[in-house]
Amino acid sequence: MSEERSLTSRRQALKCLAYGGAGTLFTLAGGVFSPIDLAVAAADRQATASLGKPLFVQISDTHIGFNKEANPDVGATLSRSIDLVNGLAQQPALILHTGDITHLSKAAEFDTAQQLFSRLRVTEMHTTPGEHDTADATVTEYFNRFGKASGNKGYYSFDHAGVHFVSLINVLQFKPGGLGTLGAEQLAWVAQDLKGRSASTPIVVFAHMPLWTIYAPWGWGTEDAPQLMEQLRRFGSVTVLNGHIHQIVQKVEGNMTFHTARSTAYPQPLAGQGAGPGPLKVPTEQLPDVLGVTSVALVQHPRALRLDDTTLA
Amino acid sequence: MSLRGLLFSCVGVLLLCAAGPAVQAASAAASTIVMAKDFMFAPTSITVEAGSTVTWTNKDDEPHTVVSAEGLFRSAALDTDDSFTFRFDKPGTYRYACSIHPRMVGTIVVR
Repeated sequence: MSEERSLTSRRQALKCLAYGGAGTLFTLAGGVFSPIDLAVAAADRQATASLGKPLFVQISDTHIGFNKEANPDVGATLSRSIDLVNGLAQQPALILHTGDITHLSKAAEFDTAQQLFSRLRVTEMHTTPGEHDTADATVTEYFNRFGKASGNKGYYSFDHAGVHFVSLINVLQFKPGGLGTLGAEQLAWVAQDLKGRSASTPIVVFAHMPLWTIYAPWGWGTEDAPQLMEQLRRFGSVTVLNGHIHQIVQKVEGNMTFHTARSTAYPQPLAGQGAGPGPLKVPTEQLPDVLGVTSVALVQHPRALRLDDTTLA
Repeated sequence: MSLRGLLFSCVGVLLLCAAGPAVQAASAAASTIVMAKDFMFAPTSITVEAGSTVTWTNKDDEPHTVVSAEGLFRSAALDTDDSFTFRFDKPGTYRYACSIHPRMVGTIVVR
């Protein structure tokens, strides 16, 4: 690349940063990620468009009801995330929410969240609860609003554009001192759900807590996730999405890509930094840099999925 | 009674006094557990007399719950400074954890 052209790209990139979101775009082909700066990708719309059609946007950890120093107005930052999604040139087909919709499982918090979500231009939203949504023993408030898809079990699957989506719940059967748990019944259901599906079907699995162990001392993992991975291993394109840790962590293992999303509410510290995974206070002007959404596009040739993170900055 | 138990009995008595004359003299001491700011129940284990009331107070910016491992009691999500109280009538060892942060565990021994 000549110096002149690189300078132009940089100018374009900075221009895009001024009005668009900053983040990293990932292309995935045959299980391998290629990260591209989002602003640079946005500068070349034609090339970006050729990467595929936007399939879905992942929203996570909206924590409606949180009002502490780390972000006194989580409704406003969720609203900005919604504006960002609504402003995409090409609207994705779906929204996935990977849990902690609310902070304290309160009815009023769920109501506020639903009012905010109703502003999304994309009307099809699929959810999985976080432990903050299920703090009431019976999970009544969450299931009253979002339980229909799973018959109040918390796990279900659906198909869209040839992609098979599996929504799992790993926050109900907590064990003192342990990690998240899927449980034997849910794992048996997954086996049944995947049975007979072609290995060429792209699979998206989403749950709230990470489905691989990121940091056990803070419970950032799922105890019986290895049994789930055994069932997914035969598929050619598997994308595993989680929230919970309020920051991006990624891993590629064979044909499986693991991705945790940012929160739209507040950041959390890096694993092991500080006493625990509580709200991290950052200077107010830096907050948009650490909040955001993830969008995923379906790439037709080869048929795979592409991840794309955007901050609110 | 251990030194720690004695200390908490004293704290309990002080709390009762602070609450005013309406509080009736209890045959068993009330105890308080404070959830520290660092994602731990402190103290992790306490011993109380049967009939004692234990109060948990959340001192973190993050919500916590108090959930009995045996299914005996379960608090709602406690926001900062929210409390949950449970009375232990029968002697035994009661384990509990925070369902939001299952690494937070504690024990109440009732004599």
